[in-house]
Amino acid sequence: MNNDETNVIDPKKIIAVNTLTFKQKLMSYFKKPLSLIILLLILAAAAITTVSLIFIVVYILIKGVPNISLDLFSLEYNSENVSLLPAMINTITMTFVSLLIAVPFGIFSAIYLVEYAKRGNKLVGIIRITAETLSGIPSIVYGLFGYLLFVVALGWGYSMLAGAITLAIMILPLIMRTTEEALKAVPDSFREGSFGLGAGKLRTVFKIVLPSAVPGIIAGVILGIGRIVGETAALIFTSGTMPVVPNDLMSSGRTLSVHMYVLASEGLHVDKSYATAVVLLVIVVGINAFSNIIAKKISKGKS
Amino acid sequence: MNKFKEKFMSFVFLFAALASIFSVAMICFFLFANGLPAMKEIGIGKFLLGTEWRPKNDIYGILPMIIGSIYITAGAIIIGVPVGILTAVFMAKYCPRGLYKILKPAVELLAGIPSVIYGFFGLVIIVPFIREHFQGNGFNIVSASVLLGIMILPTIVNVTESSIRAVPDSYYEGALALGATHERSIFLAVIPAAKSGIFAGVILGIGRAIGETMAVIMVAGNQPRIPNSIFKGVRTLTANIVTEMGYAVDLHRGALIATGVVLFVFILIINISFSLLKGRGEKI
Repeated sequence: MNNDETNVIDPKKIIAVNTLTFKQKLMSYFKKPLSLIILLLILAAAAITTVSLIFIVVYILIKGVPNISLDLFSLEYNSENVSLLPAMINTITMTFVSLLIAVPFGIFSAIYLVEYAKRGNKLVGIIRITAETLSGIPSIVYGLFGYLLFVVALGWGYSMLAGAITLAIMILPLIMRTTEEALKAVPDSFREGSFGLGAGKLRTVFKIVLPSAVPGIIAGVILGIGRIVGETAALIFTSGTMPVVPNDLMSSGRTLSVHMYVLASEGLHVDKSYATAVVLLVIVVGINAFSNIIAKKISKGKS
Repeated sequence: MNKFKEKFMSFVFLFAALASIFSVAMICFFLFANGLPAMKEIGIGKFLLGTEWRPKNDIYGILPMIIGSIYITAGAIIIGVPVGILTAVFMAKYCPRGLYKILKPAVELLAGIPSVIYGFFGLVIIVPFIREHFQGNGFNIVSASVLLGIMILPTIVNVTESSIRAVPDSYYEGALALGATHERSIFLAVIPAAKSGIFAGVILGIGRAIGETMAVIMVAGNQPRIPNSIFKGVRTLTANIVTEMGYAVDLHRGALIATGVVLFVFILIINISFSLLKGRGEKI
């Protein structure tokens, strides 16, 4: 990637004849006031973006970290300690069950799209369009759908399973897309080599192609986990808001994000809301950062 | 045996691939099957254009919510799009390498923050700020627009930056060689070439803003009426569903699901225009 600064001035490699000193640059900006204004606007915009991000994160950290207490991690929730531990356990359960459903479906459909579908297959186009549609649907619509299908039509009531399946459908396109990209990045010579040694299609896919695509798939799965942990709107009317660890998947239980929403909208425990926000923020940002690191490692490995 | 396994698994893969089609079909079916009858019972015109939402009197008009969604989305666009595009220009054309290595992950992190956290931030910072420095109680269109404007920044920045980077360097260099300044070259040669990509990013941002639920509920005030000032509270389509779904029954519930249908149709239109624009951008 070329950086423009290096395009204009790169003293190490070339002997530049058209270098501009800082003063000359300044002079030219004063001669062209419009350029100066635009430059200032651009700098201001970049500053706004950076500052608002830093402000959000730092503010919540500063307000929240001192409020984190052992109370918040008690085993039982009550209205005094507003413990987030049950919600945390539910979040882990929810993540696990959703992934259990979404990952096989996501990976298998990606395998179909990349390895099995023939060129010009009309089905592929339809699958891509529907996957794109799925990824654009707002989470509240998923919540409404989950409520109508699982909670009402199937009569499960508010249950963890209803929430998990709803979330699984929500992250399906994400896992499909990342897996598809990872599979496409595997060079054809791998497949040809495997076929050449007499392996069948299935063996080639599972023993050769899939293992080399694993890091890409993992990065996608982790992104999916980030979405599950941060999701609220799709869960309120599917898994409900009970602040307990349910005995089975057919009972209601709130995840950490739902817990955070309930706390914040009740407005009774502002200090504890800050602390909960810190925990949620650290988990989600940590998960996303982890996924980025893995994705970077892969792209480095390729080049 | 092996042949059977191959055949069997290829069907398994096909079956999995059909899952997304099946899901979309199910979502459409359940939303429309539950929402359309209610819409019919209320009367489509009365439902879409009715200015009053009074579930207790069986009056269901969602025009205030449609307008609320449009106002807040427009506000978010007014705030988020200029800042987002200019930030993307900065990242693609001005940013020193060292700073870029910090800024890029920072924008990616901004995209990953859950919407409840944004909402909570809006609740404790933006709402009190507006209450103290402007009028009203702080739960209004402006607060929601500012918050959503921040929330759609990462989407717009990422899409715009990659479409600016996709423009060949020769455009920029050519403009520079003709004597244009750095800014002139960028805004008159590079950005016009990246136009359709940038539009696609803006549309994606609109989709995010219209569909956003939790953050908006926490700061927009949620009064179901057509606002006469930007410092008045509004309710969006998404907020309408979440605030009342918990206790709604019969026609009231049907009306809320029909609200979801309207939202869903909005999003479908936005998505279709996004993929059309993206397709056009790729061809160039």
